Amino acid sequence: MTIFVPGDRVRVRNDWPEAGPVRVHIRTPHYLRGREGIVERQLGSFPNPEELAFGKSGLPARMLYQVRFVRAGLWPGTGDGSADTVVADLYEHWLEPAEERHG
Amino acid sequence: MADAHVHAHQDHPHGPDEHAPIAAHGPSPESALLERAIRELLIEQGVFTADDLRRQIDLMDSRNPAVGAKLIARAWVDPAFKQRLLANAKAAAEELGIDCSNAPDVMVLENTPKRHHLVVCTLCSCYPKAILGIPPAWYKSPEYRARAVKDPRGVLAEFGTHLPDDVEVRVVDSTADLRYLVLPMRPAGTDGWDEDRLAVLVTRDSMIGVTVPTAAS
Repeated sequence: MTIFVPGDRVRVRNDWPEAGPVRVHIRTPHYLRGREGIVERQLGSFPNPEELAFGKSGLPARMLYQVRFVRAGLWPGTGDGSADTVVADLYEHWLEPAEERHG
Repeated sequence: MADAHVHAHQDHPHGPDEHAPIAAHGPSPESALLERAIRELLIEQGVFTADDLRRQIDLMDSRNPAVGAKLIARAWVDPAFKQRLLANAKAAAEELGIDCSNAPDVMVLENTPKRHHLVVCTLCSCYPKAILGIPPAWYKSPEYRARAVKDPRGVLAEFGTHLPDDVEVRVVDSTADLRYLVLPMRPAGTDGWDEDRLAVLVTRDSMIGVTVPTAAS
């Protein structure tokens, strides 16, 4: 699992485990799936809530990151509206390094 | 039946029936029964005792926005305390006798002239309960949760909060293991005020970030 540091550009995995046949508990909001953001800070390691929800240990603990997104980038067509941002707390297994942007 | 009722009344205007019986607002009988069944099972299985439960309810009842206001007012008058609050909110709360030992981690977000924080939990209703108590109903509503991340300035305007364009509105979605509390900016015109007087200005809504405290209020 990649360890990210503040300033790293990351992409939230565009996965939809809810669509599968197995019951899941996911704490990555739909509106952030597949979106790119910047790591704001590491928040420490926590037992994985996706397992805790089903009575498992959630271990090994997963690194939790605070990730910053540009609000206007999340909601196209709602005006560029300045530099407003949205930050969310996301577990390491939901993040992947983002490709370099072109242009 | 509904149609018959409407038609029977269509010939005269009438507003909401002031004499209607008070509707039940509590949980449905089914969820109340389910809660009781789960609670009794957990106690029977020794997961916790009835006394643990009572103590937890007592603790919850003792937490309210005045507790948070005390933290904020102290941070406004004591820069060293503010730094400790920003670095480790639970430890700083303990300094003021606020026991947060069994609560999730809390992070305090400092508003500045360039950045305003707005807290939401889009997934459910995560809230710094150990400090502020139970969240207001609107905080848990689907409308607030959906709109705070999409149109934060629109939401702020509905709370009467208008921020200049050059202030970054940073929406903080508490999606996981941290709870967030906003440290508002100290209002102008409060030089020389003591902590108690300042604390009165710190409202619940200003610690969620939907409003900004002012000395005029």
